[in-house]
Amino acid sequence: MAGIELKSNVPAGELKQKWSDFKGTMNLVAPNNKRRIEVIVVGTGLAGASAAATLGELGYQVKAFTFHDSPRRAHSIAAQGGINAAKNYQNDGDSTYRLFYDTIKGGDYRSREANVYRLAEVSADIIDQCVAQGVPFAREYGGLLANRSFGGVQVSRTFYARGQTGQQLLIGAYQALSRQISTGQVSMYNRHEMLDLVKIDGKARGIITRNLLTGKLEKHAAHCVVLATGGYGNVFYLSTNAMGSNVSAAWRSVKRGALMANPCFTQIHPTCIPVSGDYQSKLTLMSESLRNDGRVWVPISQEDAAAIREGRKKGNDIAEDDRDYYLERRYPAFGNLVPRDVASRAAKVACDGGNGVAPTGLAVFLDFASAIERYGKAAAHSKNMTNPSAAEITAMGKEVVEGKYGNLFEMYEKITGENPYENPMKIYPAVHYTMGGLWVDYNLQTNVPGLFALGEANFSDHGANRLGASALMQGLADGYFVIPYTIGQFLSHEIRTPNISTDAPEFAEVEKNVQDRLDQLIAIKGNQSVESFHRRLGKIMWEYCGMSRNADGLKKGRQMIRELREEFYKDVFIPGEVAEFNPELEKATKVADFLELGEVMMCDALDRNESCGGHFREEYKSEEGEAQRNDKDYTYVSAWEWNETEPILHKEELEFKNVELKTRSYK
Amino acid sequence: MKLTLKIWRQKGADKKGQLESYNVEASEHMSFLEMMDVLNEELISKKEEPVAFEHDCREGICGTCNLVINGRPHGPQQGTTTCQLHMRHFKDGDTITVEPWRAKAFPVIKDLVVDRSSFDRIIQAGGYVSVNTGQAPDGNAIPIEKDTALSAFDAAACIGCGACVAACPNGSAMLFTSAKVAHLGKLPQGQVEHAARSKSMVDQMDTEGFGNCSNTGACEVECPKEISINNIAMLNRSYLSSIFGSNK
Ligand SMILES: Cc1cc2nc3c(=O)[nH]c(=O)nc-3n(C[C@H](O)[C@H](O)[C@H](O)COP(=O)(O)OP(=O)(O)OC[C@H]3O[C@@H](n4cnc5c(N)ncnc54)[C@H](O)[C@@H]3O)c2cc1C
Ligand code: SF4
Ligand code: FES
Repeated sequence: MAGIELKSNVPAGELKQKWSDFKGTMNLVAPNNKRRIEVIVVGTGLAGASAAATLGELGYQVKAFTFHDSPRRAHSIAAQGGINAAKNYQNDGDSTYRLFYDTIKGGDYRSREANVYRLAEVSADIIDQCVAQGVPFAREYGGLLANRSFGGVQVSRTFYARGQTGQQLLIGAYQALSRQISTGQVSMYNRHEMLDLVKIDGKARGIITRNLLTGKLEKHAAHCVVLATGGYGNVFYLSTNAMGSNVSAAWRSVKRGALMANPCFTQIHPTCIPVSGDYQSKLTLMSESLRNDGRVWVPISQEDAAAIREGRKKGNDIAEDDRDYYLERRYPAFGNLVPRDVASRAAKVACDGGNGVAPTGLAVFLDFASAIERYGKAAAHSKNMTNPSAAEITAMGKEVVEGKYGNLFEMYEKITGENPYENPMKIYPAVHYTMGGLWVDYNLQTNVPGLFALGEANFSDHGANRLGASALMQGLADGYFVIPYTIGQFLSHEIRTPNISTDAPEFAEVEKNVQDRLDQLIAIKGNQSVESFHRRLGKIMWEYCGMSRNADGLKKGRQMIRELREEFYKDVFIPGEVAEFNPELEKATKVADFLELGEVMMCDALDRNESCGGHFREEYKSEEGEAQRNDKDYTYVSAWEWNETEPILHKEELEFKNVELKTRSYK
Repeated sequence: MKLTLKIWRQKGADKKGQLESYNVEASEHMSFLEMMDVLNEELISKKEEPVAFEHDCREGICGTCNLVINGRPHGPQQGTTTCQLHMRHFKDGDTITVEPWRAKAFPVIKDLVVDRSSFDRIIQAGGYVSVNTGQAPDGNAIPIEKDTALSAFDAAACIGCGACVAACPNGSAMLFTSAKVAHLGKLPQGQVEHAARSKSMVDQMDTEGFGNCSNTGACEVECPKEISINNIAMLNRSYLSSIFGSNK
């Protein structure tokens, strides 16, 4: 596919007018034609459920697929903190432009201006829609919607529903979807996994799925295919993603000609519960909001750190002067509130220096003692207590902290068995989100005509680093307010196309490919479990393509993945048969795809000779160790074509006409 | 810690199942599901068939995990899903029985995996507010009292796991159904369809083969999200009013 031209298809005109002008002039599909047109939506998380419901409401015949037993289980359900929107309900100077600007800057200037502006523009409509569906957002005493600030921005624009915002938003979208299922506009296929994409004359026209209950392969046809299949953070094995999150739908599409954009841009979240042992299956996020009150530190001396690791001392035994509050020291202006990528790297530096505080050496303290004291004193003051005792202050302070973070503290205690009110929490960064994803244009269409990608599965809006509370916004923007319009750009040319038949030879051919692949995997009957390969892949990714990267490591890592892949195809053991309910086989196809994606991530990180956002190359840093971007040579989107011997890079140059490229500084 | 597990094994929906014994060595820091992972890794290394069980988020929010542990849905710890239960709550030498949800409307698929799609169909019968995308007024157009929003939230916190059904001697889905009816019915947005929604969801529940509610309260005790049984009273009221024609 040499010489693919990546056309962003951004409409002409002023940034602020592009979307409204485009909506006003774009091709539409008339209602009588919509009734005849079929759309496949794969994935029913926030992005997919909102898209399927809305397309159904518009009159399209929608077929929706999820590997889960119900759309309500998608990974989106786990999002905690909130969703951004430029409502400016707080009258604190927020605006569409400011949300746009924060997102572009937060992404370290590696995203497309027009897409991001549109995202900011439709953000307000999302909140209205969700409220109307019955999403119980937090409210003020006056009954109006409450906001909080999030992720170090200067305005309060985050809407939330306790620590369960993702759950409530997904339930809202799930209910809208359920309504369309009940009217027959959407046919829902639960426990169906997409295993390949079918193209006819170059256009995406269907998918091959495996019915996970019976193991049987099925062919499904439509006029176009929309993927909303989530992110690929589980390539690292350990991450905060749900266990089933995977790259396969996107990756199979790459193998049919779509391109994978910026795959190395991974978000590592600074506040997660550290790894406790080899059996560990996943990592748990502690909301970013904790950094509003918690102070991050490690002991200054390595002896103290060692004593803590060996259980001879506790955090509280270390005197104030013997602690290094390293974020406050290194970044006095932002302190504990520096962005995620900066906070994560600083934790790594502290632990690499031998000052980590968990038995594994990989943890730092997040300490609430100062906050407890501060809140306790304030409470004593407001109760007019003269000379409150230290114990009284602490007790009142704990009460305030419990009111703010009670459920998080409880979750921490459930998992670790330690009481975070008494001893500082231990935290460490963990893989959380993938900014990279399928390359899409302004219409959210990939370079394969008729194949669209939404939500975390595409690369579009977050550049090299995502701001907190912006993924939920993007997923719902894509599904409720963007794709229902932009899909018409493709479908308006298809109104004369009769229903696609699964009898077309292309379907039989792809189905056979899938069958052969499954048969091949199950026939290996080697000696090692799928899980063990996944774990080893994760270690390689974390070591060489994790929080910091360098050229030698990336080359080595790439080689190691290639060897691991070879070993996998020789020695993996999958019990059971293809044509039955077989969870091990499901895992195996996912890991097989991760084993290829991982290699491309290494290639991408090696190509990008700069440090930007979540991508930190040790060779490209300032004297003080801060990331150094290279705008002259790397202001582009990397879009990768798969090739077994050497993946091929295509580039989309990014143009910035409305913002000035600046160095991010948090000093 | 050394444990003996008695696990329900059943090859398929129409096959007979039985409890089988396994020994496993676990650490107290593991979650219950990580202990099950260890067992499965061992079975695979012996080329035996691993135990099928479901899970996804492992954070207590997706509602996928569903084990009956020593006779209790989600195990011994109050307000905790199976995935959030840790081995430190068990002792070295313990024997632990692990079974699937048992209810007529949740047929076993394999081992510990059951089919809960009946829950989706109950929601499809009316568990929504009928508003199309784009029809919504401004989010602040209807102020909602803070406590009202909070109490709607308490009901909306249901994760659709089905423990309430598994705990109920009648296999009733009243707690689940009432949680949805209460979530929407407490909010002004959901008022218009409240009575009709209650009726159609309860009718669907009956169609699916769930049993009747006889107020044993077992559902509330085992619900990992501590959904209140008061929601059932609210549902009963709106169900009756849907039959007798009042919308209050
Ligand atoms: C712990 C945690 C907390 C978070 N908190 C926040 C937050 O506070 N604010 C915020 O903005 N973001 C947050 N995020 C990020 C955000 O939750 C996700 O980016 C977002 O929900 C992704 O939504 P999605 O619809 O794109 O994908 P998902 O929700 O991952 O849905 C993917 C869907 O695709 C289906 N699928 C996948 N592959 C296939 C296949 N091959 N065949 C069939 N179906 C398939 C799945 O079944 C599922 O339905 C958080 C993430 C984590 C991990
Ligand atoms: S009411 Fe409780 S037990 Fe029943 S499905 Fe909901 S969360 Fe689970
Ligand atoms: S696995 Fe999600 S609630 Fe237990």
